[in-house]
Amino acid sequence: MSHLAKDMTASVTWKDITPGGVIFEGGTSKVVETGDWRTVKPVLDSSKCKQCLLCAPVCPDMSIPVDKEGKRGDFNYFFCKGCGICANVCPFGAITMVGDDQ
Amino acid sequence: MQDIIEIRWHGRGGQGAKTASLLLADAAFHTGKYVQGFPEYGPERMGAPITAYNRIGSERSTVHSNIYFPDYVVVVDESLITSVDVTAGLKRTGAIVINSGKSPSSLKPFLKGFEGRICTIDANRISEEELGKNFPNIPMLAAIVKVSGVVDAAKFVQDMEASFRHKFASKPQMIEGNMRALKRSMEEVREV
Amino acid sequence: MGIRERLSGNEAVAYAMKQINPDAMGAYPITPSTEIPQYFSAYVDNGEVDTEFIAVESEHSAMSACIGAQAAGCRAISATSSCGLIYMAEMLYVAASDRLPITLAVSCRALSGPININNDHSDVMAVRDAGWLILFAETNQEAYDNYLQAMRIGEAVSLPIMICQDGFITSHAIENIELVETEKVREFVGEYRPKHFLLNPDEPIAVGPYSTPVYYMETKRQQAQATLDARAVIKNVAQEFAAMTGRQYGLIETYQMDDAEEAIVIIGSSAGTAREAIKQLRRLGHKVGMIKVRSFRPFPVEEIAAALQAVKAFAVMDKDDSFNGHCGPLFAETAAALYAQGISGPKGISYIYGLGGRDVRVESIQHVFSELEKIAQTGNPGATYRYLDVRE
Repeated sequence: MSHLAKDMTASVTWKDITPGGVIFEGGTSKVVETGDWRTVKPVLDSSKCKQCLLCAPVCPDMSIPVDKEGKRGDFNYFFCKGCGICANVCPFGAITMVGDDQ
Repeated sequence: MQDIIEIRWHGRGGQGAKTASLLLADAAFHTGKYVQGFPEYGPERMGAPITAYNRIGSERSTVHSNIYFPDYVVVVDESLITSVDVTAGLKRTGAIVINSGKSPSSLKPFLKGFEGRICTIDANRISEEELGKNFPNIPMLAAIVKVSGVVDAAKFVQDMEASFRHKFASKPQMIEGNMRALKRSMEEVREV
Repeated sequence: MGIRERLSGNEAVAYAMKQINPDAMGAYPITPSTEIPQYFSAYVDNGEVDTEFIAVESEHSAMSACIGAQAAGCRAISATSSCGLIYMAEMLYVAASDRLPITLAVSCRALSGPININNDHSDVMAVRDAGWLILFAETNQEAYDNYLQAMRIGEAVSLPIMICQDGFITSHAIENIELVETEKVREFVGEYRPKHFLLNPDEPIAVGPYSTPVYYMETKRQQAQATLDARAVIKNVAQEFAAMTGRQYGLIETYQMDDAEEAIVIIGSSAGTAREAIKQLRRLGHKVGMIKVRSFRPFPVEEIAAALQAVKAFAVMDKDDSFNGHCGPLFAETAAALYAQGISGPKGISYIYGLGGRDVRVESIQHVFSELEKIAQTGNPGATYRYLDVRE
């Protein structure tokens, strides 16, 4: 019987579930999509972004990746829950919140 | 001798009646007996009447109740005989041993018509004289051993000496004092 | 061939702990189990064991410390009584559902109120559904023997286990006991080598995660299976123990049941008193017997039903009242066991007895048997919910 988190799906039986629900991996949040909780999403306008990086550290879900050169990339929508903090802190109006269906 | 001897101790909290009952259990254990030694517990208060019990026999008693029809009763504090029904259920064939300087016959009127043997031993005086302190435990233990014969007397004296030598290794005067108290008590216990 | 000793029940359990030398003890003192951590902390202080003794500020924390230690990969132990046990209640459930085989010694004592320090089983019965295995002892010897078997049982099914004895009645009474040599104890109990544990750097795990409705019931069903599996484990460990010591144990013990027409079902120290009552009644020709429940969790459904099926009348003795208006908890489970096995012949009554240290005498048990004989003769159980030795 597998003990891996990815096998503890909604169809796991009582015989196969891990004892006490123990999770046998680290970093299992990586496989759980939470971005689908979102109703609105941030959209970046690269022409207005000055790469000041005020947005990245305030993101509660670490959904704003910053590369080795210290430049932010596009949002990670697998985890972004659409809270809007980034749009609020951006001094340049480079982030706007739009309906998730757009 | 019957299979299992039952003994009830009456004392006051802090006087060591519980310890004495456990010492008797120890002494009997060392002669190869099955023993029970247990106090009746409650909210413990210094000076309040307390009761402790022994069952001693050549076979194990499985009973886990208090003792209601004892073969022997030991009263560690004389003043209890007027406030506690110390002879309750005591068998006529048995005996009561009271820590008192008085004669057994002078205490008889306080014992509610008990018809068995009445024994007294002045354990306080023996303890004061031999140990310089009021520890009536050891003399009372020796007296009940003598009166009941529940433990072989010679073996008892031997075991107690060994146990004192172990316990008071650093205070040899305590060994001698306790042994004198023990032997005197076995000689001085009076009975009617 | 064993070591002849005389010890109180608390001393015996503390001595078993010393012989086993577990990894961690989290404990907070409460009468009448206080002596257990007291003696054990002296062993720790004297260097006779290398256990980590965790002095905490409450029983809730004592059990929490045990949970942390056991999850980390340690053998963890504790001891408690009465209000201390129910103060642990929240963490008892966590220990069981986290499948941590912690060993808890309980010297049973009444719950307040009215406030009382003496023996009954209301403390253990209050946490009977926490998911722990629960063994009861009649004597200091059984408390010791059960403790030596506890870890083998708990660790085999990954469930925590309570080793219970009657507060004061056996916990504070000196009686003869036969101890097992320490080398034999260590060989019997063995090392604790959990397959998975928190402090394993090669396998990061998370213990005790949130369980949504999608998973909660599967987790509980698996826990229930472990309790069911414990039945065979308890018997197997007892067999091995008997091979070592000659002392026999099962889920229940039957006494004079072969031809019994009236029987009592009982737990703990009063079984010894009942033994004497039965001996005396048998001498007078009465066909009376006893079923002593050693394992309350798992509950010995088949064993009890088989032992009771041929009697005419039985009384189930509860040192606890469920206050359900009709019976004590042991009666309820015994009656359910009979019904589940399709047995409806014997007439059964529930006796509440020995609450808050009310002394249970040979005469008390004989009174129960005299009532059972009337029921057996008339076929009429009369009141099925009764209090024993209560002033009317």
